[in-house]
Amino acid sequence: MSAFDLSVITENLPFLWEGLQLSLLLTALAVLGGIVLGTVLALVRLSGFAPLALLAASYVNLIRSMPLILVIFWFYFLVPLVIGRPVGGLYSALIALVLFEAAYYSEIIRAGIQAVPRGNIWAGKATGLNYWQIQRHIVLPQAFRHMLPVLLTQAIILFQDTSLVFVVSLRDFMTATSIVAQKEGRLVEMYTFAAIVYFVICFAASILVRRLKGGTPQ
Amino acid sequence: MIRIDNVSKWFGPMQVLADCSTSVDRGEVVVVCGPSGSGKSTLLKCINGLERVQKGTIVVNGVEVTGRRADLTRLRARLGMVFQHFELYPHMTALDNVCLAQQKVLKRSREEAVAKAMALLKRVGVEEQAHKYPSQLSGGQQQRVAIARGLAMDPVAMLFDEPTSALDPEMINEVLEVMVELAQEGMTMVVVTHEMGFARKVADRVVFMDEGRIVEDAPTEAFFGAPRSERARLFLSKILNHV
Amino acid sequence: MDYNWNWAVLFQEPYAEWLLSGVYWTFAVALAAWVIAFTVGSLIGVARTVPNRFARAVGGAYVELFRNVPLLVQMFLWYFVLPEVVPEALGHWMKRDMPNPQYISAVLCLGFYTASRVAEQVRAGIQSLPAGLTQAGQASGLSTVQVYRYILLPIAYRVIIPPLTSEFLTIFKNSSLALTIGLLELTARAQQITDYTFQGFEAFTAATVIYVAIALLATLVMHLVEGRLRVPGMATREASGS
Repeated sequence: MSAFDLSVITENLPFLWEGLQLSLLLTALAVLGGIVLGTVLALVRLSGFAPLALLAASYVNLIRSMPLILVIFWFYFLVPLVIGRPVGGLYSALIALVLFEAAYYSEIIRAGIQAVPRGNIWAGKATGLNYWQIQRHIVLPQAFRHMLPVLLTQAIILFQDTSLVFVVSLRDFMTATSIVAQKEGRLVEMYTFAAIVYFVICFAASILVRRLKGGTPQ
Repeated sequence: MIRIDNVSKWFGPMQVLADCSTSVDRGEVVVVCGPSGSGKSTLLKCINGLERVQKGTIVVNGVEVTGRRADLTRLRARLGMVFQHFELYPHMTALDNVCLAQQKVLKRSREEAVAKAMALLKRVGVEEQAHKYPSQLSGGQQQRVAIARGLAMDPVAMLFDEPTSALDPEMINEVLEVMVELAQEGMTMVVVTHEMGFARKVADRVVFMDEGRIVEDAPTEAFFGAPRSERARLFLSKILNHV
Repeated sequence: MDYNWNWAVLFQEPYAEWLLSGVYWTFAVALAAWVIAFTVGSLIGVARTVPNRFARAVGGAYVELFRNVPLLVQMFLWYFVLPEVVPEALGHWMKRDMPNPQYISAVLCLGFYTASRVAEQVRAGIQSLPAGLTQAGQASGLSTVQVYRYILLPIAYRVIIPPLTSEFLTIFKNSSLALTIGLLELTARAQQITDYTFQGFEAFTAATVIYVAIALLATLVMHLVEGRLRVPGMATREASGS
C-alpha cells in the first residue's frame, strides 16, 4: 500500500467545498420544509377531524416504514414524469428529503405539542380563542421552545441523510468525495477524509445542542 | 458488632456526615432519628458499604467495611437491609424475591431456598401472596416481603431505612408489628425511622442526628425523658405532637 | 401524465425472480447484522452503566464515533478502505478470495453501526431503573455481575422492547444502503427493474409494499414477544422515533 497522500485532498479542496455547500444547502432547505410540513401534519393529526387525521397518520406511518433511498428513487422517477420533462436530480432529491423528514419531524412536534399542559389550552378556550389561535399563540411557542434540542438533533441526522443523494449522483459532499476518489484512485484518503469531516461537523453540532439543553448528554 | 468511628463523608463539596461515632452491640436495637437531610440514611448505607466514607472507620462483625480490601459482597450477605421504597424486584414473584440471593449468594438449593422463603413469608404474614408479583401487593405486604427477603440470608443484623415512611397510615402497623417481634426475638437492628412509638417500645438506644452530626446518643428512656440537646428537644416536641 | 401501466411485469421472469432475490438479500443482511447489533450493542450499553470509568469512556467513544458519521460513509470505509489498511496478507485475501465481500461488508457495517443505537437503548433502559433496585441487590450480597444478570438486565430488556423493535425495523430500512457497494437487495432490484422496463411505479410500489409488510410483521412480533414476557404491573418505554 502506497503512502497516505494528503495532496489529493488539498488539491481538490475547492471541488469538495462546493459539494459540502450543497450538502449544507440541502440540509437547511429540508429542515425548513420538514418542520413546516411536519407541523402541519402534527396539527392535522391532533385536530380531531377524523378523515384528515387518518390520512396524515397513514402518510407518516408509510414514510417511516420506507428506506430513504427508496423515497429518493421514487421521486427521481416520479417528478420528471409528473412535470412532463426531464428534471435535474436536485429538485427530486429535495422533494424527497422534505417529504421524508417531515414525517419524522411531525412525530417530534406531535409529542411536543401533547406535552404542553392542557390547562393552558382550557384557559385559551375559556377566553374565546379558536383552535388555530390557540395553537399559534399558546401551544406552538411553548412546544417549540421545549422541542428545540430534539429538532436540532434531527437536523444533524438530516445532514447525514443528505449523503444519500449519492444514489442519484447529485454533487453533494459525499458524491464529490467519491468522484475525486475514483478519479485519482485514492479511496483510502478520500473516504477517511469524508468520515473525519462529517464527524467533526456532527460531533461539534451535537455538543452545541447538549449545551443548549443545559448539561448532561442523554 | 457494629462500630462506627469518626466517620465523615462528603458529596463533592457538601459534607453530609461529620465525625460520627457510635456502636451497636449484639442484640441491641438502635433507632436513628432526626430531621430530613440529617444524614441518617446515608450513615445507615455506610454500614454495609452501599455508600463509601472518606474519613473514619466502620467495623461490622469483625470486618472493616471501610478497608480497602473489604469483601463487601461477603459482608452484605450477612446483613439484611430493608428500604424505604421496598425495592422488590418487579419481574419476580414474592417467593422468588426471597429466594434469589439465597440461591445465588449462599448457593442453597432451590428446595432449601423455597422452604426457607415460605417459612419466612409465613412468619411475616404474607404466605398467601407468595406467588404474586410486587405490583399486585399492597405497600404493607411488599415491605413485609422485603423484610422476609432480608431475613432469608440469616443475617447477624438488620438495617432498616425508613421502612414505614412510604406506607399509607393504615399499613404502618402491620410492618411495625413484624419489626417489634424481630426485636423481641433478639435480632440486632439499626432502624432509621420517625416512628417514635416503635422506638419507645423496643429500642435500647436512640441516636439523634442533625446536619450530619450525631447530636445525641442515649438509652431510650433517657432520650425521651430528658433530652440533653436543644435540637433534640425541638425535634421531639414537633414529632410527638404529631403522634 | 403519460404512463403505460403494466402491473403484470412484476410477475414476469426474470423480474419476479429479481424481486424475490432482493427480498432474500434484504433479510439476509438485516438478520445477520441484527445478531451483531444486539450482542455488541448490549455489551456497549452495559459498559456505559458500570462503575468502571474506563469502560464507560470506551462505550461512550464507541457510540459517538458511530453516530456522527453517515452510514453511507461507514459502508464505504468497510468495503473500500478496510482491505487497504489491514496487514497486507489479510487485505489480499479480503480483496480476492473472500466470498461475497459486499455481503460481509454490509453486515459488518450495519451490525456495528446499529450496535451503537442498541447500546443507547440498553443504557437508557438500565438507567431508567431506580437506584434502589441495584442497592437492594447489592445489600443482599449479590455481586455486580449478578445484579446485572438477575435484576437489571431482565427488567431493562423488557422495558426497552418497543424502542428495540424500532431499531430492528431500522436495520431493515438501512439494509438498502448495501446497494451502494453493489449488493442487490430489494431497493436495488426495484431500481433495476425500472431501468429495464421503465415500469417504475409498479416496481417501486412492490418494494414499498414489501417494506410496509416487514414493518407490520416486526410490530406484530413485538406485541407477541412483549405479551410473552409481560410481568404484571411493569410499564415499557415508548417506541422511539427514527
